[in-house]
Amino acid sequence: MRIKIIIPFLTLLLAFAAVNANAQCKAFAKRVVLPELGSYTHDGNYHAAILVEGEEAELYKTFYSDMDYRVSIGGDEKIPPVEFVVLDANRNILYSSRENNLTGTWDFKLEASQQLKIVVKVPPSNRAGEIPASGCVAIMFGFRVRR
Amino acid sequence: MNNIIRISFRLLMLAVLFAGIITGCRSGDRKTSREEGPIHSMQDHAAIYEDIQKAEKIFQALPSPLESAMLIKSAGAQFNEKLLNPVENTRNYLTNKSMALNLGIYTCNLSFVSLYDQTQLIINYMNAAKKMADGLGILDAIEEETINRLEENINNREAIMDIVAETFMNSNSYLEENGQPAIAAIVLAGGWMEGLYISTQLVDMKDFDGNRLVGRIIDQKLSIGILLSLLENSKGNPAIDELIEQITRVKLVFDKINLSTSPVRPEYDNTANVTVLKSQVKSDMTPQIFGELATLVAEIRSTFVK
Repeated sequence: MRIKIIIPFLTLLLAFAAVNANAQCKAFAKRVVLPELGSYTHDGNYHAAILVEGEEAELYKTFYSDMDYRVSIGGDEKIPPVEFVVLDANRNILYSSRENNLTGTWDFKLEASQQLKIVVKVPPSNRAGEIPASGCVAIMFGFRVRR
Repeated sequence: MNNIIRISFRLLMLAVLFAGIITGCRSGDRKTSREEGPIHSMQDHAAIYEDIQKAEKIFQALPSPLESAMLIKSAGAQFNEKLLNPVENTRNYLTNKSMALNLGIYTCNLSFVSLYDQTQLIINYMNAAKKMADGLGILDAIEEETINRLEENINNREAIMDIVAETFMNSNSYLEENGQPAIAAIVLAGGWMEGLYISTQLVDMKDFDGNRLVGRIIDQKLSIGILLSLLENSKGNPAIDELIEQITRVKLVFDKINLSTSPVRPEYDNTANVTVLKSQVKSDMTPQIFGELATLVAEIRSTFVK
């Protein structure tokens, strides 16, 4: 009888936890990552996920030659500062945030439209024996037409 | 009693694990069988390459309706209201698929009219997008307050673009957060096809060679694979399977276009504080292939808006 009560309760708890984590992630993206786009117009897309220390995410996107772009990437304070690299279709590295003081934004423009890959990584924890921290990581793009 | 505690604990652990999976995969997908090409590493990037592991999540990003509309305008295209999906058609869309497709289409139309300062049409298309979002049960994506804010800023193009971006983000993220990635993918497909439809219709065939809009249309060859990957994540859903079949037909026409790009060379522009990705692109779209593409896109788009 008690199990019949516990199972729906846990299901509700689960649904609440998932929706709450997502809502927090979106709120984080809007509060922290979006303002970093500055004078660039946000394209309206939203990419975010909960990553654990040591985990990576990849994003594929086509960028156009008529536009100037800014990518803004951030992770919440529970995890170490996120790193990102941008690669072309042949997996050549075009930009690495590690070589640029781990800044969360990168401004770029293209002579020819390209599909690029962005790899975002939460550095692994060096704390032995501790459970790796997890937190929201968001990637957003802004654009403006080249004058 | 002990048994109940033990079972409860196991269920709780299961719930926590499941919650982690749901939240972790919300906008991305677990890596599938993507083939990785060889790494042509540069000496100074060797350490970074070593650190790049297999990604846990993959995002496929299509140009948003706002970006598509901006690409059309920046290519010098003229505004043509007749190409838009009339707002009166909203009453025809009763299924989730048709509402999702037309949420993407009306958002693209809204972006288009916003960029061309069509003030009355901005309100009309925001209301049309709201009807689609409401029909899909997307809470809070477009509230009355949003419409009011739009009216207050009707002559401020930048503010309008921010509102359009915000409403698109709200609706798309709501669908993904609430376990409806298939509907989210259909919205994106609708917006992408509408951008392609409007741009193909706006090309002046007398001015085909060197036409910037044709260049932007060719660029969509780079995105169609992303769109198909996005849809294939929800394969097995009849609405998605039909879309995959339609988009694959478009891809077959894009496959007839050869697109070659020289190696990309990043150069930092100290004056503008921006990295310039230098490369050249060559393509060979003929007017015949363009005609085939435009006809097919118009045919598929007519099934979306009927």
